[in-house]
Amino acid sequence: MTDVSHSTAPVAPVPPGPTATPTRDERLKDVSLLTKIMRRPELGALAGLVLVTIFFLWTADSSMFTLAGIMNILTPASQLGILAIAAALLMIGGEFDLSIGSMVAFAGLVFGSFLTLTGWPLLLAIAATFVVAALLGCLNGQLVIRTRLPSFIVTLAFLFILRGLSLVGLKWATGGSTQMRGIGDSAGEGIIRGIFSGNALEGPFRWLAAHDVIGKFPNGTPTVTGVPVSIIWFVLFAILATWILLRTRAGNWIFASGGDPNAARNSGVPVDRVKTGLFMLTACAAALVAILTVLDAGSTDSRRGFQKEFEAIIAAVIGGCLLTGGYGSAIGAFFGAIIFGMVSIGLTYTRFDSDWFQVFLGAMLLLAVLFNNFIRRKVTGER
Amino acid sequence: MTSTAPLIDIRNVVKHFGSVIALSGVSLTVGRGEVMCLLGDNGAGKSTLIKTLAGVHRPTSGEFLVDGQHVAFTSPRDALDAGIATVYQDLAMIPLMSVTRNFFMGREPRKGVWPLRFIDFDHCNEVTREEMHRIGIDVRDPNQAVGTLSGGERQCVAIARAVYFGAKVLILDEPTSALGVAQTSMVLKYIHQVRQKGLGVIFITHNVRHAYAVGDRFTVLNRGRTLGTFTKSEIQIDELQNLMAGGKELQSLSVELGGMV
Repeated sequence: MTDVSHSTAPVAPVPPGPTATPTRDERLKDVSLLTKIMRRPELGALAGLVLVTIFFLWTADSSMFTLAGIMNILTPASQLGILAIAAALLMIGGEFDLSIGSMVAFAGLVFGSFLTLTGWPLLLAIAATFVVAALLGCLNGQLVIRTRLPSFIVTLAFLFILRGLSLVGLKWATGGSTQMRGIGDSAGEGIIRGIFSGNALEGPFRWLAAHDVIGKFPNGTPTVTGVPVSIIWFVLFAILATWILLRTRAGNWIFASGGDPNAARNSGVPVDRVKTGLFMLTACAAALVAILTVLDAGSTDSRRGFQKEFEAIIAAVIGGCLLTGGYGSAIGAFFGAIIFGMVSIGLTYTRFDSDWFQVFLGAMLLLAVLFNNFIRRKVTGER
Repeated sequence: MTSTAPLIDIRNVVKHFGSVIALSGVSLTVGRGEVMCLLGDNGAGKSTLIKTLAGVHRPTSGEFLVDGQHVAFTSPRDALDAGIATVYQDLAMIPLMSVTRNFFMGREPRKGVWPLRFIDFDHCNEVTREEMHRIGIDVRDPNQAVGTLSGGERQCVAIARAVYFGAKVLILDEPTSALGVAQTSMVLKYIHQVRQKGLGVIFITHNVRHAYAVGDRFTVLNRGRTLGTFTKSEIQIDELQNLMAGGKELQSLSVELGGMV
């Protein structure tokens, strides 16, 4: 039964034994270091960050790059970044979520209501807010999977539904106002509050000021008292997401689900579960941003998170995510968000009109997409 | 072929899609170390049959035995767990992902303690490089994207993956239809190698030459029915061709074209 050498057979008899000797294909060039670096999806964002930094070093007031200035940049960057990293994971998984921004407002309302209306303790209110957000994310995901509609449409619907619900809900909860106050007071103080608002690392900063490493006021307190907790959350989330994406089974499944859902399914990847999980993750990221910002402001309003969905997606794209899914990075979205923060805050340190920000936004998006397409052709060897 | 029960034994499998009768009583067996070629023109029911074997569709009626045991798959995962691996023509690999990530997709080996369990990529890369080496593909960097491999190489990676993960039966859905001559021979050579390991192979094709090159037995499907199963000694290549195409018409056309079809 081992005779395969028929006259028409285009196949040579194979010597028995497990190994055929591979021959080096002379048509393959060695992969250069440059190509290896180019394969990293976050390269574009990193290059962009360097360029933007150089631009502001050149044009902006020197106070922009002091410790206080950097905290000023990183605070909005971190709030956007938490959304952008989640959006990046979802995009790599092959879906969009346009409802993130509205979800921030809605989660803010839910969180505020749990604190002020039902009077729950902070920890319980936070947990309940995450549960509500996760359920809504799950609903988004299930709708996309079951109807097989593009997630663009389904979540666009939720962009309006959640924004509308936030408005209606706020008026109902406050008796006609679109702003809910007194949340900060209801939250009280304590360890939990410290994790979600205020500054972290105050001890080390005092120590640094005492040893004249960082600036201090004449009375000895440092000019920058610590790192806003949102920045800590942002950095930790970026590290966690990168680790998940690059080193875990879940990460491989995310790439596979976005790259080709059918091939992934055929290989036993639970694509639907992965996608639903990602929708829940983006919703929870929105809830986290809502909790962080609402606790800092002490109030919430219906415009919270307005247009953040677009900024998050743009940051993810700048970070190297392909709109078609299956490719991208979390650390790229991290850099993308910092570029955002740097430009939006940085323009106020220059003599430029800060409304140039929007122009920059569009231009950056266009450049990023062109660059990403070029990179993808490099990676896959497409011609 | 000393085993008592064939690896796969299907009897009178029927599959209806609403009012369409896709399969109307197909029987087929595959033994160990055997390449069973499934031949048929477009619309013969080849795809429906393999999707039924792969657990994508459930048969409307009929018997399905694996290793002599009755089975009823509800998902592709069930079929995989039973040792039936399907390599689809175009849906085998994800071009943007690395060779290693593709190779271990859905079956990633992990180490570490929950929740810090992670994929053992050093091990994965090593296995991938080794397995590729074994089938004669020189993957210098297992982290390169599958998109950089040729079509034949991708098919071979998909087959190697199935073999590595302990498939007993390989279903190959037209693995050579989109390939050039050299790449086809690479895939056929590998099919032969797989057979020598004692796996059963169901090789779906509509290219009789490719089938005859590696096949032990040939089952011809037409309009949802089996026209018959033949061993290689029972049938000549041109008879097979005629049978598959529905006989006379092709023969006369073939004469017109100077016997080149």
